[in-house]
Amino acid sequence: MTEKKDKKEKAVRQPMAEQAADVRRHNFEEVPLGYTPEAAMAEASRCMQCKKPACVPGCPVSIDIPGFIAMVAKGDFNGAIRKIWEKSSLPAVCGRVCPQEVQCEGKCIMGRKGEPIAVGNLERFVADYEREKGEGAVPEKAASTGKKIAIVGSGPSGLTVAGDLLLKGHDVTIFEAFHKAGGVLVYGIPEFRLPKAIVAEEVAVMEKMGLKIVCNAVVGRTVSVDELFEQGFDAVYIGVGAGLPTFLNIEGEQLIGIYSANEYLTRANLMKAYLFPRYDTPIVKGKDVVVLGAGNVAMDSARTALRLGADRVRIVYRRSRNEMPARAAEIHHAEEEGVEFFLLTAPLKFIGNEKGRLTGMECLKMELGEPDASGRRRPVPIEGSEFLMDCDLAVIAVGAGANPLLTQECPDIHVNKWGYIEADPETGKTTKKGVWAGGDIVTGQATVIIAMGAGRDSADSIHKYLTWGW
Amino acid sequence: MFKIIKREEHADGTVIENVIDAPLIASKGRPGQFVILKADEEGERIPLTISDLDAEKGTITVVYMVVGKSTAKFRDMSVGDAYQDVIGPLGRPTHIEKLGTVVCVGGGTGVAVLFPITRGFKNAGNKVISITGARTKELLILEDKMRAASDTLHVCTDDGSYGRKGFVTEVLKDVMESEKVDLVVAIGPVPMMKFVSKLTKEYNVKTLVSLNPIMIDGTGMCGGCRVSVGGKTKFACVDGPEFDGHQVDFDALMQRLAAYTEEERAAHDEYCRITGTK
Ligand SMILES: Cc1cc2nc3c(=O)[nH]c(=O)nc-3n(C[C@H](O)[C@H](O)[C@H](O)COP(=O)(O)OP(=O)(O)OC[C@H]3O[C@@H](n4cnc5c(N)ncnc54)[C@H](O)[C@@H]3O)c2cc1C
Ligand SMILES: Cc1cc2nc3c(=O)[nH]c(=O)nc-3n(C[C@H](O)[C@H](O)[C@H](O)COP(=O)(O)OP(=O)(O)OC[C@H]3O[C@@H](n4cnc5c(N)ncnc54)[C@H](O)[C@@H]3O)c2cc1C
Ligand code: SF4
Ligand code: SF4
Ligand code: FES
Repeated sequence: MTEKKDKKEKAVRQPMAEQAADVRRHNFEEVPLGYTPEAAMAEASRCMQCKKPACVPGCPVSIDIPGFIAMVAKGDFNGAIRKIWEKSSLPAVCGRVCPQEVQCEGKCIMGRKGEPIAVGNLERFVADYEREKGEGAVPEKAASTGKKIAIVGSGPSGLTVAGDLLLKGHDVTIFEAFHKAGGVLVYGIPEFRLPKAIVAEEVAVMEKMGLKIVCNAVVGRTVSVDELFEQGFDAVYIGVGAGLPTFLNIEGEQLIGIYSANEYLTRANLMKAYLFPRYDTPIVKGKDVVVLGAGNVAMDSARTALRLGADRVRIVYRRSRNEMPARAAEIHHAEEEGVEFFLLTAPLKFIGNEKGRLTGMECLKMELGEPDASGRRRPVPIEGSEFLMDCDLAVIAVGAGANPLLTQECPDIHVNKWGYIEADPETGKTTKKGVWAGGDIVTGQATVIIAMGAGRDSADSIHKYLTWGW
Repeated sequence: MFKIIKREEHADGTVIENVIDAPLIASKGRPGQFVILKADEEGERIPLTISDLDAEKGTITVVYMVVGKSTAKFRDMSVGDAYQDVIGPLGRPTHIEKLGTVVCVGGGTGVAVLFPITRGFKNAGNKVISITGARTKELLILEDKMRAASDTLHVCTDDGSYGRKGFVTEVLKDVMESEKVDLVVAIGPVPMMKFVSKLTKEYNVKTLVSLNPIMIDGTGMCGGCRVSVGGKTKFACVDGPEFDGHQVDFDALMQRLAAYTEEERAAHDEYCRITGTK
């Protein structure tokens, strides 16, 4: 046994080929290129097939990680995808965007001494293989129950609820405010990280299974939750995400050239402003760009700005490198592409010219003080350290809040003091009978897989309700 | 798909009226609300006010001025063609109630936005005095509809080619001097709304204006439509589009509306070149 272990630890983690940094910073094509079958099998055979796998509890939807990896090692990719599908309906997405280093891979035993198994890369490989070479099999549905479910929002949580309930034989309709389905997966996360064709294909599979999607339907305006019940829906799931931009509330925020990350990324991704003027939506193309914040949203904005032709892109963040919330891979990719990091720096005000266009930003240097409530060391201003940073485009990516459009119109769905919906953590039930909620509108901006996990729990609860009652 | 049922040209072909098949929106829309339209896959999301609607027929009416590439694309669509996407109704409806005397002031295509609100106040039992204006006679729109929806209609043109010569604010001043006015609603170009608000402030009469910042989603998600009202940041798509004219920072709004002037001009010129239109 020990001998086997030693041998395995020596095998190195299979790298994934990527577009070179100086090439990719000028295009919107995907950065990592995926594993070959040989590389995937080599990586999979590094897994020790632990009896008590530490990786599984690290995955919010408890994918049978050693189970699917064992099949990859044998070259049974078909079996592997079926294993993953038992728990997750969007593996091509999760393999690409999960923060694996704090989830499955962060717990992998192999990571203690060497490098953890590349669970995400393997998951991505299996899903891509199925999409490109698989039989296009659609999962089998249970007999029709005659029950109708309305889902509000087509992000990962809504799609998960839809997939699960379709399989159980229910009649499912998604109402989506935008003109395209996918939520953050289509309007937020850029093409170079998650090709939109992948999301479209996942949605198409569900449509083949009978999912109905009504786009351009803003629930709370076009139709209300109560009207959905009047129309004959038996249950409603709310997965509207955390779609409220946070601004800094500092002087000059009205200047032209200052975007919320939501607006900047929506213009670029959903509206394809990077193809302007073939596509009609314009975008301010900064030459000297600052991005405020250091999460995934900030990295996506910074790397989008580079691809739109910026000469210089700087991430400005109040805390230090250790506190940056973005996925490790994104920080690494951003740095390789030439994004600069201005850490321990806080914006004070924006400065503009007589035309109301942004020309610069006044900043203040910070140092780390005592830990705050979140356990992270609090940034404290250094007095007299003000300095000026030139810039012609600023993207504010310091978080998102709860959009009140739906909840204001439906007061019997209770919200907490920040406006997030109060839902039972186990079942997703809200305070209104027949209504469930999950994903970012309950937790605040989290991750794709956490939103999917919430969707799965709610789908189970909805199914029980439709079978046995509230 | 949202089919164009009827199409009409006004103001020498610079203003277009479309009646569009959109039953869901027609059953819900109220005066003051708007829709967002997208012509095709490549299209931009363009906000336009619901100028009229017919819940029974399931149609809505939009009236728009052709100013750039997207509205030129809309102009080039015929009866039978369809918008790929129409989203709405968006925004808060106008709070319509019986107040007494209401003066409705409209400039340019703002009159299209003003019309359903005017009719709403009239139907609620108010005395409605309307003042509409345009640069010149050819650019006046919806005169008959406005006349029918008002007790009195004053028309003026900047160049005197029709009605009274001069700006709407001059007529408004006369009305304010001779009547006890309870509410003014002013909708039109930003400078017009700014000067109307300045005038009514002197008389201390509450004034509603409808703001038209650049929008994308129209649901409060992007913050692109942010305007400064009473020193606070508001999102016009969900908090508006109507605001208290005495509180609005019109200068900041004007600057933000110019954000894409250069890009838009290039796109529009290119569109005209390809389609051979002016
Ligand atoms: C730029 C960006 C990058 C990210 N990167 C990562 C990453 O790398 N890894 C990761 O795990 N997570 C990432 N996240 C977070 C992740 O995307 C979210 O946690 C996840 O998408 C939440 O899913 P959801 O289904 O709750 O909501 P969303 O994905 O936000 O979807 C909500 C949907 O509901 C629709 N909607 C809203 N209101 C209404 C209404 N009234 N009526 C009808 N429809 C409505 C919206 O249009 C939207 O389509 C990122 C987020 C952003 C913004
Ligand atoms: C809530 C709301 C309701 C509206 N209702 C109507 C209506 O009923 N009828 C109507 O004619 N117009 C209306 N507008 C304005 C209309 O949306 C713009 O004229 C349109 O977006 C211009 O698009 P374009 O591509 O043709 O022109 P662009 O090429 O985008 O722009 C041409 C010129 O118009 C300016 N412009 C760009 N966007 C806007 C905007 N949102 N508002 C004003 N000017 C803009 C630009 O600065 C530029 O100078 C409304 C706007 C809002 C926000
Ligand atoms: S879903 Fe995400 S966390 Fe779970 S195994 Fe896959 S990559 Fe890891
Ligand atoms: S913890 Fe790592 S080595 Fe163990 S089963 Fe999971 S992936 Fe394989
Ligand atoms: S248009 Fe995006 S918030 Fe108003």
